[in-house]
This record gives sequence, C-alpha cells and structure tokens, in this order.
Amino acid sequence: MKTIKNIGLVIFLIGLGIFAALPLLGTYKINPSTLDEIVTKKRIKSEIFIEGLQKSIVGKEFQGMQSLSPLVGSAIENANTQHVKNKEYKKKIYTSASEMAALIGKKSGTGFMTNNKGLMWFLTFGFGIIGALMFIVPNVVLLGKKGIKNDGIYHENSTNKGWIAWLVFIFLVGFYLILYFKSEYAVNWTYLVDPISESLSGNPAGHWFVYGFMYCTVMTVMAVRMYIKYRHNVYQMIRTTSVLFFQIVFAFLIPEIMVRLQMPYYDFKNVFPLDYDFFFQWNLNSLLDSGGIGLFILVWGIVLTLVIVPVMVYFFGKRWYCSWVCGCGGLAETLGDPYRQHSSKSLFSWKIERWLIHGVLVFAVVMTGMTLYSFFAETGTVLGLKTQSIQNTYSLAIGSVFAGVIGTGFYPIFGNRVWCRFGCPLAAYLGFVQRFKSRFRITTNGGQCISCGNCSTYCEQGIDVRAYAQKGENIVRSSCVGCGICSAVCPRGVLKLENGPEQGRINPTEVLLGNDVDLMELVNKK
Amino acid sequence: MEHIVIIGNGISGITAARHIRKNSDKKITVVSAETDYFFSRTALMYVYMGHMKFEHTQPYENWFWKKNRIDLVKGYVRTVDHQNKKLVLQDGNTIDYDKLIIATGSKPNKFGWPGQDLPGVQGLYSKQDLDQLEANAPDNKTCKRAVIVGGGLIGIEMAEMLLSRKIPVTFLVREDSFWNGVLPDGESQMINEHILEHHIDLRLGMNLKEILADENGQARAIVIAETGEEIACDVVGLTAGVSPNINFLKESGIELGRGVKVNPYLETNIPDIYAIGDCAEQHEGIGQRRPIEAVWYTGRMMGETVAQTICGNKIEYKPGHWFNSAKFLDLEYQTYGWVFARGPARKEFEQHFHWRDSKEKICVTIAFNEESKQFLGINTFGIRMRHEIFDRWLTEKRDVNYVLEYLKDANFDPEFYAQYESKIVSKFNSKFGTSISPKKKSWKRIFATSKTC
Repeated sequence: MKTIKNIGLVIFLIGLGIFAALPLLGTYKINPSTLDEIVTKKRIKSEIFIEGLQKSIVGKEFQGMQSLSPLVGSAIENANTQHVKNKEYKKKIYTSASEMAALIGKKSGTGFMTNNKGLMWFLTFGFGIIGALMFIVPNVVLLGKKGIKNDGIYHENSTNKGWIAWLVFIFLVGFYLILYFKSEYAVNWTYLVDPISESLSGNPAGHWFVYGFMYCTVMTVMAVRMYIKYRHNVYQMIRTTSVLFFQIVFAFLIPEIMVRLQMPYYDFKNVFPLDYDFFFQWNLNSLLDSGGIGLFILVWGIVLTLVIVPVMVYFFGKRWYCSWVCGCGGLAETLGDPYRQHSSKSLFSWKIERWLIHGVLVFAVVMTGMTLYSFFAETGTVLGLKTQSIQNTYSLAIGSVFAGVIGTGFYPIFGNRVWCRFGCPLAAYLGFVQRFKSRFRITTNGGQCISCGNCSTYCEQGIDVRAYAQKGENIVRSSCVGCGICSAVCPRGVLKLENGPEQGRINPTEVLLGNDVDLMELVNKK
Repeated sequence: MEHIVIIGNGISGITAARHIRKNSDKKITVVSAETDYFFSRTALMYVYMGHMKFEHTQPYENWFWKKNRIDLVKGYVRTVDHQNKKLVLQDGNTIDYDKLIIATGSKPNKFGWPGQDLPGVQGLYSKQDLDQLEANAPDNKTCKRAVIVGGGLIGIEMAEMLLSRKIPVTFLVREDSFWNGVLPDGESQMINEHILEHHIDLRLGMNLKEILADENGQARAIVIAETGEEIACDVVGLTAGVSPNINFLKESGIELGRGVKVNPYLETNIPDIYAIGDCAEQHEGIGQRRPIEAVWYTGRMMGETVAQTICGNKIEYKPGHWFNSAKFLDLEYQTYGWVFARGPARKEFEQHFHWRDSKEKICVTIAFNEESKQFLGINTFGIRMRHEIFDRWLTEKRDVNYVLEYLKDANFDPEFYAQYESKIVSKFNSKFGTSISPKKKSWKRIFATSKTC
C-alpha cells in the first residue's frame, strides 16, 4: 500500500512537472493570415502596430512564449506612443499585451504540442489524476478504522507550514498570476483541453476554460480524499457531494452548453455581489440582447440575491451556500481541507476580518451603485469619479488578487478560507442574515465541553469555537459557513449544527449546565 | 484590596479565578509550577498525536490574564503558613494571601512496583509527562514497544497516542474486562473488541509484577504477575488512576485524608482556605458521588461554586445530575445519571436495558428502577445525546417508558446520521412486553422548559 502511494506520488509529480513547464515550452509559428484575422477581429487601425509585427514576428518561429510575448508587447507600446504623440487616439490599441500575445499564440502553436493534444492531456491531467488517486485511495486501508483522521497533521511538513507547504504556496500563487495577469503563458495549457472544450461549447479552449476544467478535476480528486477521510460522517459525505455537483454541473457544464446554444455564459448559482460584474454595463447589455433567456437570467440574478439567498439563510444558515453550493467554498472544502487548521483564531484576526470583509461589501455595493447610475443616466462618471476605473480597481484588487491569488494561493499558509473569511462580499451579506435572522446555530451540548480545542483548531473560518462551547453558549457567528468539522472533530459530542426555532437560539450562560440548579438560575438570571 | 491566591492553574483554579474576576474587583494571583498559562489537560494527547500544537490547548490568549488582572506566578509552593497567611515557594519567595484556594489536581498512582521510578517509566498527567513521552517515544524506532499498566481512561488514551506513531502497545488491565468496574458488561465487552480491532495487545486480568532495567538503568521489560511472562519494551505507562497532589500540605495543619478535606462549602478546617477540583475530598460523597471526583466537569463546577462563596454569596457545592463523557479510540461515550456496573453502588432495584447494534459499534444501556420504572441513567456509545434533555428528565423523575418514547428528542448526532431509536425501542418492547412507539423529534418539547426560564 505504501508503495502504491509512493508510485502515485511520483506519477503525480511528473504530471505536475510537465504541466508547470508547459508555459515556457512549445513552438509558435506566425502565419500572415493569423495577424490579418486578429486585426479584423480586434478592429485594429494602427498600421504602425501591424507593420511592426509583420517585421518582427510574421513568418518566424518562436521557441516558447517568453520569446514571442515581449515582441508583441513592444509592438503595442511602440504603436501607442506614436499615436499618442500624433494625437491619433482612434488608432490607439486598448487590448493588453498579454491578451494580444495570447490571441496570437493560440492561433500559432505548432509542432508536438498541438499535434498530440490527447497525449499531452494524458501526460499532465491524466498523470495528475492517476497519481493523485493512487496516493489517496490506499488510505481506505492505511487510515484504519473509520473515525477522526488527524494524526500527524502538525508533524507533517506539508500540513505544518514546512517547505512543501511553501512550494505549494509558490506554485498556486504563480498559477494564479499567470491566469489573471499573464494569460499568454497559459496558451499551451489551453491546447490540452481544446478537445474537451470543443465537444462542450464548440469553441477552442481559452485560459478560463483551463481553469474551470482544472477546478472540477482538482475538486473531484480531492473529494475522493474527503470521502475517505470523513467516511464515518454522513454530513461530510453529502455536503462534499453537493459542492461537487454544483461546481461541475452549474459552474462548468451548464455555462459551456449555454454558449453552444447561443445563450449568454452564465453560472446560475453565482450570486451577486460575489458575482461582482453582474450589473456591469457589458453584462447587462449582453443579457438584454439575448432575448428571453437573457431576461430570465437578469430576473433570476436579482431574485437570487434579494429573495432566495436570504430566505434560505433564514432557514438553513449561510452554509447552504458557502459550504454546499459555492465554487470558492467547494475548492476550499476539498483542495483546502488539509490546510483548514491554519486560520488564525486570535481576537486580532477577528478584528481585521470584520473591517476587511465589510469594507469589501461596501466597496462592492458602492461600485454597483455607480455602475447602475452610469447605466441608466448614460454617463461615465459619478461625482467626478470614473465608473470604469472604480470597476477596474475592484476587478483587479478584489476579483483577481484577493479572491484568486491570495484566496487560493495562500491556502497552505493562512488556511483554506482566506477569501471567504476576509474578503467575500456575499459572505458578509449572508453573515448579517445568519447572525440576526436565522434558525441556524451550532448548539453546545450543555456542560460537556472539556476545552480541548479541536473545534477551534480545525475551524477554517478562524472562529474560536471553544470560547463559546466551554461557556455552554451556542455559536451564532456570522462568519460560520457550517462546514460541520468542529462537530466532527469534537471528542465529546458537544457540537451540533442544527436549524431550530429562533427562540432559545442565543443562550448566554454564566454557570454551566451540570452544576447546582439553583446556582445556575441565580447567576444566569442576573 | 482582598488578595485571593489560587494554587494550581488547571480547570478548577482558573474557573475560580475567572468567576471571582467576573463578580468582584479582588486581587487575584494564580501560582503554578507546571506551565505559564492555563491549558486543557484533556487535550495533551492531541499534541502528541499531532492533531494540535500545545498552544492550541490554551483556551485563552496570553493577553487575557493581564487584561483581566489575574496575576500569574510560576513557582512551586513548598509550604502553606496559615498562621501568617503566607505561601512559601521553592525559590524562597513568599506570597501573602487573604484567601487561599488549593486546586493542585492529581498525580498518577504508583503502587510500589519494583522499578516504577526507572527512566522510561512514566504517567500521563502533566505537561511535563507529555514532554517526557515525546522524549521517550518519539517514534517506533526509539520505542519499539510500550506497555501500559492500568485499564482506565488515561490508559486507553495513552494507548491511542502511541498507536498514532505506530508504536506497538501491550495493555495490562487488572480487571477481566476493560473498565468493567464502571461499564456494564455489554459495553465493556464492546470496548474490548474495539481495542483488539486496533491491534493493541490487550491482556485482561493481568497485573504488573515488576519493571526490569537494562545495564544503563533504563526500563527494558516488564514482568506480568500472573504468568511471569516478560515483555520487552522501551516505555512503561503507569495509568492506574490518580490521587490528590497534596504532599506539600502534609505539615500545614490543613486536614488531609486522601485529599484535602472540605465541607460542602469547599472550606477546609482552616478559615479562609478552600480546596477544589481533583485534590478536594468531601467528608462524605454528595449523593451517589465519591468523596474525591477527579473529573474535568466537577473541577469546573467547584471553581464556579467557590467563586460565589468568596465573592460573598456563600453557596454549597451541589453538583446536579451526574454526567460524564470520554472517548475510547474511535468510540465516543456519554453518560447521564447513574448507570452502575455492579455492587455495592448498584442497588438491587437497578435494572438495565442494553441494546447494541448488529453492525456498528454502537450501544446504549439504560438503568431504571425495576419496581417504580423510574429512569436512573443512560450510557451511550456512538450516539450523542442532548445533555439538557437528560438533565431535565432526571429532574422530572421520568419513567423509563417516557424516556424511550421521547428518545428522539435527546438525539444529538450530526444531521443525516442514521437513527437508531426505533431499533432501541423495539428491542425494549420485545424484552419488556411494552408497546412504546417512539415520537418524532419535537423542537417544541426540546425548548419546552429552557434552562434559563
């Protein structure tokens, strides 16, 4: 069994290694027709740019994106400088260098990579999946009897912020940086999943398709790990199945199929304000131009945020979304599970959390207000502020850096819910409902707590669960996503997630159940 | 300002300190030789097992004590001079007090076995014991086998700890079935099976004769009294219970028995000196309780109580209905009320109903009065129960039929877990010829008399 695990690890690392090397490999040969196509598609009017590229790249072969990308960048820069100088603003190119290089690269890939997409998929994704499963599945036997399986978590390098954890951190951050800011280096990855993309939407894959596919793959493999680790716990099994289902069907398949059916790309479970660009002009226009389905999505999106979500939170707590449906939550609960113990439980972190997450919510709401005002008033500025630049700031700082690079990249160091805890504006909104008007609570079982701290240690949201449990108080914190792990790891059966009557949900106690009945009444009544 | 000094920073002492602070402005000093800050003793095992770091066992952040003006002194109290109301520490320093609370907890029992003080032989109680185990048994190369002597709660926890590092364990249990002085036979039997499933070398009905040393004076083997068998090992865990940690009080004039003798107000024979927690011994056990209760919960409750008394609201220590919990490897155990395994505590009228699932390691034992049918207590393994509900039923003196009928109200298992109430009730029906049908869980009943109303 140990051998199978080790072989699996080697296979996985080979797959990962090839995947990680791909951005710098591959041959790109630029045909004149490719440039024409892009010029037409992007409506490029800059002859300086076109001529520049014709000289520097057309007809030539490049080894690796690192030799092609800078030439595209400098061509754009050169053209734009000239046009600005000549005040030819209409000729200025607004497409970013990365996007342009990615466009050119995607159409110019040649050689082994593009001719053996299936094989390359197998050597990367295939090896990754097979290797990871070989590493994970023997745990059915190796972990022994069903029960809590946290032995050695703080002895293992990878789960105790050792060098492996830091390597994972660097890999994840690098991956997200490429995805958000240097997408031309993801071109080779897109070839791997072209066949899958074409079979779904009919289009070749872009880097976001790679991300979506990878997201589903990683979640599925790591869900297998969850099923094995928590096989004694039906709540975890069902919850894991639920997040997996919503990710694969709602976040991945349905939007792709909608594109094939000439409908707008839409994830029906992505709720505003997490889905921060729902009210952006381009999206509203696209929805309004899409006939019945567009209108339906528009109404659905609004009803989801204003009615469905809060009503569901009232009945079930925000867990129904955050740890049963949400994609970010889904990744955190599968890929992120080995890192859940790293969330800081200090009071200081809680203070930061409250400022930050509510700050992001305010930011999202203000930005959306400006967006809608601009949309209806048909103006680009609100009180002298450019709506577009506020949107860009949000997209960059919150949408990309916070949610992606920090949110997932920092898993191995700060725990798996950094985004959900400190940044997600939807979580903040649901949190208000959960805290003030909900039937959900984690009930503390009378006086049974022994203050051991397993609950707090494994709370991914950094809630000091023990602080409540040892006082006999129920936990009604706005940040609780109801993952149920505190209840699972409790050795004394003290915690239970449940939806019950609002009355009795909050139960401040001074003296705990078990002591003298009169004393309890006397003290608690005060 | 009145100065309250507490010896011991365990759950009893710290609970007392916190509650005194809540209710007064007195000066509070806590003295401990064990650690700088309060930690949860019950969680030490999880540090060795790698579930947590030691800092995670500390329920309060380090700034908490200063903020709440609870002074912490690290030191070992050598003597208590009650005439001058003064403590003398090992290092010669003294601390004056106006009121003193002794909360020094327990120490592991040693019964004079030859070799019991050899290096490699240890108990598992204090932070120092944990550090010792980390040194003695860091992995299964340094420690090729461990022998644990004493089949109680600490013994099985220590076995679980060592197993987590793949160290083979031999487990000597004096009784002929695990913990059967406390657990009724069916339950004890199930735990035996569970221990064996974890590949622990369980030796029932075996006592330790002696511990042998190697040429370096290190423990190398144990000898079993009954068979004379010698078992080679690198670590010997002595887990045959604990007794009050009160040696330093021998000359103090404070009345001692096995523990510090206290009256129901937790007062000792010396005015202004109180004792709480594991080290306190009631002159007579309260209700069916033992005079010394070395349990987390009772320690906490004594702390809550003595704080009231010290803050001018003099109150007797009156623990409510007995409850407790533990975990045996993967099996969670809870108990509410009294279920006695055997005499003399078990009275003739105490009848037991035992149910065990055919597949899973799940069982329930309900004790009730044979004649009046009054419900006396319940033990559950693998099913969590709601403390409040059982506390209420015990207060209301419900009969056993009522308890079974409404058993679903008491279930505290996580959502979606398999429910066993119907099986339990149908076995009860067939055994006692009743026709109880379990009622659906009702929130209305669960909250019918909330504890604060």
